[in-house]
Amino acid sequence: MSATGIGAAVRRKEDYRFLTGNGRYLDDISLPNQSYAYFVRSPHAHATFTVGIEKAENAPGVIAVFTGADIVKAGLGGLICGWVITGKNGEPHKAPPHPLLAVDTVRHVGDPLAVVIAESYAQAKDAAETVEVDYQPKAAVTSPTAALDNSAPQVHADAPGNLCYDWEIGDKSATDAMFNKAHHVTKLELINNRLIPNAIEPRSAIGDYNSGTDEITLYTTSQNPHVARLVISAFVQLTPEHKLRVVAPDIGGGFGSKIFIYSEETVAAWAARELKRPVKWTAERSESFMTDAHGRDHVTHAELALDKSGKFLGMKVSTVANLGAYLSTFATCVPTYLYATLMQGQYTTEAIYCEVKAVFTHTTPVDALRGAGRPEATYVVERLVEQAAREMKMDASDLRKINFIPADAFPYQTQVALQYDSGNYAGSMDQALKLIDYKGFSKRKEQSKAEGKLRGVGFSAYIEACGIAPSAVVGSLGAGVGLYESAEIRFNPTGNVTVFTGSHSHGQGHETTFAQLVSDKLGVPFDNIDVVHGDTARIPFAMGTYGSRSLAVGGSAISKAIDKVIAKGRKIAAHTLEAAEEDIEFKDGNFTVKGTDRTMDIGAVAFAAYVPHNYPSDELEPGLDESAFYDPANFTFPAGTHACEVEVDPDTGVVDIVKWVAADDFGNIVNPMIVEGQVHGGVAHGIGQALLEGCQYAPDSGQLLTGSFMDYGMPRADVFPDIEVATQVTPCPHNPLGVKGCGEAGAIAAPAALVNAITDAIGASNITMPATPEKVWRALNAAG
Amino acid sequence: MTVTVSMTLNGKKVSADVEERTLLVSLLRDHLRQTGTHVGCDTSQCGACVVHVNDRSVKSCTMLASQVDGADVLTIEGLAKNGELHPMQEAFRDNHGLQCGFCTPGMVMSALDLVANNPDPSEREVREWLEGNLCRCTGYHNIVKSILAGAKAMRKGG
Repeated sequence: MSATGIGAAVRRKEDYRFLTGNGRYLDDISLPNQSYAYFVRSPHAHATFTVGIEKAENAPGVIAVFTGADIVKAGLGGLICGWVITGKNGEPHKAPPHPLLAVDTVRHVGDPLAVVIAESYAQAKDAAETVEVDYQPKAAVTSPTAALDNSAPQVHADAPGNLCYDWEIGDKSATDAMFNKAHHVTKLELINNRLIPNAIEPRSAIGDYNSGTDEITLYTTSQNPHVARLVISAFVQLTPEHKLRVVAPDIGGGFGSKIFIYSEETVAAWAARELKRPVKWTAERSESFMTDAHGRDHVTHAELALDKSGKFLGMKVSTVANLGAYLSTFATCVPTYLYATLMQGQYTTEAIYCEVKAVFTHTTPVDALRGAGRPEATYVVERLVEQAAREMKMDASDLRKINFIPADAFPYQTQVALQYDSGNYAGSMDQALKLIDYKGFSKRKEQSKAEGKLRGVGFSAYIEACGIAPSAVVGSLGAGVGLYESAEIRFNPTGNVTVFTGSHSHGQGHETTFAQLVSDKLGVPFDNIDVVHGDTARIPFAMGTYGSRSLAVGGSAISKAIDKVIAKGRKIAAHTLEAAEEDIEFKDGNFTVKGTDRTMDIGAVAFAAYVPHNYPSDELEPGLDESAFYDPANFTFPAGTHACEVEVDPDTGVVDIVKWVAADDFGNIVNPMIVEGQVHGGVAHGIGQALLEGCQYAPDSGQLLTGSFMDYGMPRADVFPDIEVATQVTPCPHNPLGVKGCGEAGAIAAPAALVNAITDAIGASNITMPATPEKVWRALNAAG
Repeated sequence: MTVTVSMTLNGKKVSADVEERTLLVSLLRDHLRQTGTHVGCDTSQCGACVVHVNDRSVKSCTMLASQVDGADVLTIEGLAKNGELHPMQEAFRDNHGLQCGFCTPGMVMSALDLVANNPDPSEREVREWLEGNLCRCTGYHNIVKSILAGAKAMRKGG
C-alpha cells in the first residue's frame, strides 16, 4: 500500500481551504448588482388568506414583491415528488399540488406565500413586515395518528382522510401462520421521533440570469445539482435544461436535507430572470427549522414471534408515517422501500409483513434524513429483538447469534424484496462483544450499583441497503429516475489529472478518497489529481450524493473510467513501444512490454495522446479523456453491531453514555481515517435522536415549539463518550471496488443500541425517544 | 445612519462605513469580504462566527460592528502565516477534525481562546468549553482530539 493509495489514512485535500477560511460556501458568493430575497411565511399551521403587497412594493429599497398568483401567472409548475408508491388498492399515492408560493391556503408554519426582493437584505426583511396578509386560521393536525381520525382537519381536498397511501409488503398469511404456531410473541409500540436536520450551513441560493445567452445559473446548496436542474427544468418548467446551469459549491453539511428541490431556490432562479438581476436568498436558522425537510416521525406497532428455542418465526409491523404538509422530492419512498425492506434485519426470520399508512399533516414536509427509513427499521427490529431476549430470559447477544443469517448463506433472499449480497454478522457481533468487554459487564454493573448508579448495556445489530441503486429495480418500484452515477477522468497534456464526478461532497471527503482511488489505480501522484464536482456545466449528468452511495456507485463509475484510460493507454503504449497490445502490461503507472525493460509511464502516454506526432491515428482518437456511467447490479449491504453502556442516575434520570463501540463491515476501505469520521458523525446523529432531539409541534395550534437551537436539543461535545470504531471486511461482491458505504451506519445503528441500554439499566420495557432525564426518571419510578 | 468603524483586522488597519445596526459578522463578511467567518444561526448558539476581539473569543453575530471600533480583531484568515498553518489548524488537519468545514473556523478560534487561558486542558474541559460551538458532521470526537493535539503542539512551540 502506498502512502496515498487505497487503504491509506491520507490527510484531506480539502482541509487547507476550509481551515484557512478559504472555503467557498454559498453565502460567501456575491455577484455584482445582486439583490436580496426575503420570504413571507405563514405564522399559522393552517389558514386561508388574501395578501396585499402595495405597501411593501413602495418600501425603501424594494425592487419587487411576488406572490403565489405571480407564479401561477408566469406558468410555472409546482414542486414534485419523484417516486410513485402503489398502494394496497393498486392506485398510485395521492400527490396534491405543492405550489412554489402558496396561493390561497397555507399548510404549515413557515409555508412561503410571497417574496420581497430588495437592494439589501435588511430592506427586504423590513419590507416583508409590511406585506398585508389577512389570514383566516383553520384547525390543524400535526400528529400522524390523529390525522387519520375521521374528524381530523383535512390538509388537502384531494387526499381524503389525509391519506397519501396505504401500502404493504411481505406475505401476510404466511406471517399470520407463523404467529399462530409461536411459542412467544413480543409486542412493542414504538415512536420514531421527528428530527430536524440542522446542517450547520443554512440553505442558500443565488439566481443569476444572462440575457445574452438566455441562460440561468442557479447557485444552490444541493447534494445533487443535476437532479435540481432536471426538476426545475422538466417539472417546474422554468427553462430548458440546456439553459439552466446549477452550481453547488462547498456545502456545509447536508444529511439528506439538501437533496430536495425547494421553493426558495426555484423562486430565486425565476425572479433573477424576471428582474434581470442576481437574486440571493440565505435562510436564517429559524427558516431552516421551519422549512428544511424533517426526518423520521413514525408511529409503529410491531410484533415478533419466536419458537421455544428463540428462533424468529415471524414479524408483523404496522406503521403510520408523517409526510408533512406537502410531498418533498423523495418523501414517499422513505417509509416504504427504504424502511420496510429492511425488516429482515440480520436474521433468518421466516415470514415478515409490514404495512405503512403515510399521512399528510399541517407540518413541515418530511423526507430522507441521514439513514432515511433504515434507522426507523433498525429501531423496530432491534428494539423487538432486545425486548424478546428479556421476555424469553435469554442473553441478548446469544438470541441474536442463533438467528443471524450465517456467513455462508449469501446471497440471501429476504422476505421483503431485497437480496443481501454478503456479510458476516456473527463476526461483527463477536468484535463488539470483545471491544465492550461484555464478559466484564456484570462486574461493572455491580460497581455502578455500589455508587448508586444503574448500568445497562445495549446492542444494535443493524443492516442497511446502500449504494442506491439498480435503475431497473428502483424503476419497477416507482422511482421516476435512474440511480446510476457518472465519472470522467481527464488527463491533461502534462500528465496531471482532473476527475469529474457526479457525487457531490459536502463533508465526506471525496476530493481525497477519489484522488486516492485514481492515484492507486493509475499511478499518478496524489497531488497531481484534482476532483471536480457540483457544477452541471462541468460534470457529466449525474444523480448526486445520498444513501451512502458515493464510493459504491460514484467510485465504481470512476473505476470504470480508469479501466477505459488503461485500455486506451495500452494501445498508445503498444504503438509507441512497437509491441503487440496484448504484450503490454500496466502496473504502478507504467506500461511495459512483457519480459522487457521497454516501458512508458502514463504521463508520457498522456503526452503522446495530446501531441500525437507518433500515434496510431488510424485506429485511435487523440486525447486521454474517458468517461463512464455505472449502474449498480444490486444495493450494497453494510452491517455490523454497535454496543453501548450507560450509567443512569436514578435520582435525576440523567443518562451518561460510558462507552460506545462500533463494529462495522463496510467492505473494502479506501481511507480509514475518513471512514472513522463518518462513523463518529453518524453515531452522534443517532445518539442525538435517542437522547436529545425531537421536533415538537403544539398539537392544537400546530406551532413549531422547537424552532431554534435554544429549544431543539442539538447534541453538543459534552454529551459524547469516546467512540471506539472497529471494522471487518467482507467485500461487496458486485461492484468493482468491493465497497459498501459508511455514511449512515452510525445514525442507523445508534438509537436502538442506546435505548436498549437505557431500558436495560432502568428495567423498563420501553421508553420514548428522546430519553430525556424527565422521561427516564418517570419510567424508573413507574417501573420501580 | 451610517457609522465609520476602524479596526485592526488580522494585523492590518481597515475601515468601513456601515449602517448603525450592522453586526460585526456582517461587517466582516459583507463589507470586508472576509467570508471565512460563518453564520449558522440567529440565536448565538452555533459558534460558526467566533472571532477574537482584543484576544478574547466572541460570537461576531452578537456584537455590533460599531463596538469593535479601535479594536484588534483576529479571524480565521489571520492565523496561517506565509501559507504555514497555525499549529491548531494543523492539528485539525492531522486529526480529521473537520468534515464539511462550515463550523471549523469557529471551532478553531474558540479552541485558541481555550488554550490561551488553559494551555493543557483535559478532554472533559475541551468538551465543556465547546458548549457554544455546534458541529453536525464529526460527533465532536475528532474535534476534541484535534484541540488536545493542537494544545500540545502549542505548548511545545511556546
